[in-house]
Amino acid sequence: MIKLDAVTHAYGERTVLRDITVDLPDHRIGIVGANGSGKSTLVRLLNGLVLPTSGSVTVHGLDTRRDGAQVRRKVGFVFADPDAQIVMPTVAEDVAFSLRRQRMDKAEATARVAGVLRRFGLEGHADHPAHLLSGGQKQLLALASVLVTEPQVLVCDEPTTLLDLRNARQVTGLISSLPQQIVLVTHHLHLLEGWPRVLVIDEGTIVADGPANDVLPYYVSLMSSPAATDAPPPR
Amino acid sequence: MLTGLYRPGTSVLHRTPAGAKLAGLLLLTTVLVALRTPLAVAVGAAITVVTYAVARMRPKDLWAQVRPLRWVALVLVPFQLWSGGPTAAIVVVGTLLVAVGAAGLVTLTTRVTEMLDAMLWLLRPLRRLGVDPARVALVLSMTIRAIPVLAATFDEVREARRARGLERSPRALITPLVVRTLRHADRLGEALAARGLDD
Ligand SMILES: Nc1ncnc2c1ncn2[C@@H]1O[C@H](COP(=O)(O)OP(=O)(O)OP(=O)(O)O)[C@@H](O)[C@H]1O
Ligand SMILES: [Mg+2]
Repeated sequence: MIKLDAVTHAYGERTVLRDITVDLPDHRIGIVGANGSGKSTLVRLLNGLVLPTSGSVTVHGLDTRRDGAQVRRKVGFVFADPDAQIVMPTVAEDVAFSLRRQRMDKAEATARVAGVLRRFGLEGHADHPAHLLSGGQKQLLALASVLVTEPQVLVCDEPTTLLDLRNARQVTGLISSLPQQIVLVTHHLHLLEGWPRVLVIDEGTIVADGPANDVLPYYVSLMSSPAATDAPPPR
Repeated sequence: MLTGLYRPGTSVLHRTPAGAKLAGLLLLTTVLVALRTPLAVAVGAAITVVTYAVARMRPKDLWAQVRPLRWVALVLVPFQLWSGGPTAAIVVVGTLLVAVGAAGLVTLTTRVTEMLDAMLWLLRPLRRLGVDPARVALVLSMTIRAIPVLAATFDEVREARRARGLERSPRALITPLVVRTLRHADRLGEALAARGLDD
């Protein structure tokens, strides 16, 4: 369970999230909103990459301010640009890198890495340099490197934005099959169809919150005409 | 040496621990430098060529390793001929070629992580001076990983510059390159923190 309690965040003088209080127990949570509305800031709060200026964020009872390291162990994070997430020169090495701080014995680590690579269809590329992978494969590698540590929550900030349709489909197929709780920020609304919970962020506040079926049409109307902002959001 | 050019394989050399290979490399170059005779260079060269064969590498792999030296040789050979005669020229240039060829073979047959582990071990004495070997090793591997990323950025920026008809403007190259590199560094830092590297 993720809880935000009266969270406000400002970068310097500029307040980008205002007094957000929300409980997020759902298995699948989508987040949509215009460019610059505060989505990335919001999800970065969930693993302590960004700390609230006031208010608090807790994940499974752990406060991101007090227990940041522990929270990051529970919350995996995937970003839009896979090139900035792959740290090691080759595929298997990058996945293994995630396990380094977990004092795991070598045989077990090797088996874990091999297992994850197989699951992500990357077993044939274990020893290949990461830069030779396709965009989709790179994002799958970034996912593999995060999931090998078995986080309880996975946050994805526009994981398919830089991918073509085929690669995007492959990545989302994998994400939606995961047993973890998932928080997904995306501009690709069709990815959220049927999701139980979608938040619409506008200018730093949650302006709509509910099942995708109710919330997405509202978001589309909000985006298509400025006047539609006056329409009452579904709650 | 650490150019991430690991070539997967199953030869004896691939299976030899990185530390042993580095020790062998050190031994070979030390002996060559200590003896400084054409015979030693010839034996060293023979050992190197044979080891390449044992590792199932082709002559062109060896050539790829030593090729960058051709410009150095162009300067060194005349200088050595003039200052020390033909023997000195053979010994100096030969030693260099053997050392670089052998070092290249270590790279070709050793995974970067194994190399880093070996370096971690070698760097241990520096811990007393306040150096964290794990951090040094991490920075090195991240540098290796960054090379293709930066190369791709460079190509894109150069293309964008050409598309705008600014191919002669150095500023149209350097400004976006610096901006994008800094942004990349920023994102990389964030991704590392998300993967728990800051704690
Ligand atoms: N590190 C930062 N320093 C200062 N301002 C920032 C920083 N990061 C984001 N901002 C500003 O905060 C606001 C919200 O940014 P955020 O990245 O959260 O938006 P977003 O909803 O993710 O947008 P996008 O859809 O473009 O990714 C923007 O106006 C942005 O310019
Ligand atoms: Mg964003």
